[in-house]
Amino acid sequence: MIFSAGSSPTSLAATLPNSNSGYVAAAYIVFLAIVLIYVAIMAVRLGRVERKVREMNAREREKERESV
Amino acid sequence: MRSPSLRALSISTVAAFCVALSLVFFYAPIEAEEGFLQKIFYLHVPLAIVSLSGFVIGGLLAIAHLRTRDQRWDLRSYVAIHMSLIFGAAVLLTGSIWARASWGHWWVWNEPTLVSFLIIFLLYATYQPLRFAIEDPERQARYASVFAITAGAFVPLNFMAVRLSASYVHPRVLGSSSNLPGPMMLTFLVSLGAMALLFATLCSYELAAKRTRILLKARSRILGFQ
Repeated sequence: MIFSAGSSPTSLAATLPNSNSGYVAAAYIVFLAIVLIYVAIMAVRLGRVERKVREMNAREREKERESV
Repeated sequence: MRSPSLRALSISTVAAFCVALSLVFFYAPIEAEEGFLQKIFYLHVPLAIVSLSGFVIGGLLAIAHLRTRDQRWDLRSYVAIHMSLIFGAAVLLTGSIWARASWGHWWVWNEPTLVSFLIIFLLYATYQPLRFAIEDPERQARYASVFAITAGAFVPLNFMAVRLSASYVHPRVLGSSSNLPGPMMLTFLVSLGAMALLFATLCSYELAAKRTRILLKARSRILGFQ
């Protein structure tokens, strides 16, 4: 990847037909997929934590009722 | 888990990515030799820099843990390494896609840059099995910190050794052989900033989630729910 300092910028549309645009799209999609998978795993874990908190609150309320 | 700083960090990360992607596809000129394929560079190189920096940061946080014996530093070190591994996997995948398009091969074994990154990745892939093989939490944290420091020191040494190696075909981005024009350099720096922000955001979420789980466990133990 050598950048010629004097080369003029070419328009995006002019180069697209001969370019490896599929590979570029694949790379960005892979990155997006990794981030999304991570966020999905985090969401599942958060759901589990919220469920535990709800269970604990319910049991605490139950204990309080029993003591009264 | 919903703190104002976390929300601000998330919003700034999304904004930075919007700016970075706009610059990549609408502002940065098409490179003379590689053409459109060079757009992968704005993703792959920031990922690699942030991933390697994360490993080094993990080592520095581990030093803080060994010095203070404060478990919070160990948790931070663990999260930094965990996130760097995820970013490292993305580096390997995006790099392979670029290599396939540019060199015609998914992987080149005689290229020092590729192999050295793979060695670092595999080295850190042993971090979690090593960590969770130890049951005693204090010993686990101590051993993990020693590993993080040793491996963290290996990262810059490995990087320097690769740069000093004579034969390579992998492009150099931040060196004397590359002369990035202004718009490309600006796009690259914005992409790097966005990637660093993403790393910080994901680390913050992971830390918040881990702290919440620890608090929850402690609370349920106090209340006798376990």
